[in-house]
Amino acid sequence: MRSPALDGTGHDIESQSPPARPRDAYTAALLNELLAHLREQGPQLREEWARRIIEANLLTAMTREEIYAEVVSVYDQYVEALESGAFRALQAYAQNLSERIIPRGVETHEVVGIVLLLRDVLARALFTKYHGDIKKLTEILDAYEPAANRIASTVSVGFVQERERTIREQQEAIRELSTPVLQVRERLLILPIIGLIDPQRARQLMEQLLRAIRNNRARVVVIDITGVPAMDSTVANHLVQTVEASRLLGATVIVTGLSPDIAQTLVNIGVDLAKMDTVGDLQGGIEEASRLLGYRIVPITAEAQQAR
Amino acid sequence: MEVPILKQGPYLIASVQSTLSDDDFIRLRQALVEQVGKFRSRGVIVDVTPLDVMDSFATRTLRDIAFMIRLRGAQTVIVGLQPEVAFAMVQLGLSLQGVATALDLEEGLVYLDDKFKKAEEQPQDGMGPSVR
Repeated sequence: MRSPALDGTGHDIESQSPPARPRDAYTAALLNELLAHLREQGPQLREEWARRIIEANLLTAMTREEIYAEVVSVYDQYVEALESGAFRALQAYAQNLSERIIPRGVETHEVVGIVLLLRDVLARALFTKYHGDIKKLTEILDAYEPAANRIASTVSVGFVQERERTIREQQEAIRELSTPVLQVRERLLILPIIGLIDPQRARQLMEQLLRAIRNNRARVVVIDITGVPAMDSTVANHLVQTVEASRLLGATVIVTGLSPDIAQTLVNIGVDLAKMDTVGDLQGGIEEASRLLGYRIVPITAEAQQAR
Repeated sequence: MEVPILKQGPYLIASVQSTLSDDDFIRLRQALVEQVGKFRSRGVIVDVTPLDVMDSFATRTLRDIAFMIRLRGAQTVIVGLQPEVAFAMVQLGLSLQGVATALDLEEGLVYLDDKFKKAEEQPQDGMGPSVR
């Protein structure tokens, strides 16, 4: 006599919102009995749970005392989530857990691990209590398992989502640290590129560079890609386009710092680099650019000797 | 819209004033190719600063102008392309291959001056081709 709404594992959102769920009165009664038991047994079960977390080498980033402290609050919230069964409450619980735990460097498998451990610990407690009455035990498990599964899956999904959100924010932050276009000499700009280039960033780079060429009246631009770890044909084409667009504004582009890996990749994939001037490193690039602009670098001592 | 062509020393300056139709471009081409011989000019500057769109016809005509002027014994430089226009052009694969470009009129004049200074120096030095 399994209630149809209770056998989902957490993906069916409709069945999880409280008003849409016709909770079977008998199941509800069982769940209440179960919850009362879990509350009563709380201290021992928490102790057991914490012991098993440490045994399983989970949450290694936290000290023993921290684990005990966390266990107390997480256990109470878990029981509450079990009781209300509402999707909102579950999500709030998952988010709360993620926010507390992610900053401490806890891995996804650890979070999933501790939630499943708690599920096991509680299930065992139920076995111990009801092992004399198999029928009752089955009914209790019918009530308990779907709710517990839903918590586990909501927490896992919530944790992964929280983590993805963090990653997205970090990517955004990296993008915001826009690549600077620097003038190192009259009419000479350098554009150091650090990190991976995706089409969006390549576009942003090109726009920024073209504007800087016009504003600074640059004649030569040195693009340094020492900090670019990898390059594919799309990115290489963006680079070629940047060189061409700069030329249309009357600026010569020198590309420096192609790593051995990138050089091999570019030749292997057959990118036409004939349109690009390349120089080994940034120093050489600036020297070449200075030469194009008609400068000559002379050591001060030599000049002084000539003057004497 | 007729494009005014100004004579400035040994150079001709065609200063585009507003958006040009295809016919305007053809007329500009015709006028430049004629006048470059008439004034015995050594260089032609086409200033396209006001253009905020550059389609394939315009690009091809500018390239044709440069090549035709070269056949008439002079050099051409296109100046004043806006960053947005340059960006759009390379995206469309229109890159004015083989045509000299410069930031603005001043830079264009500097470019042509350099070019002719080099050309004059070379036979005097007798040192063979220049570095670039």
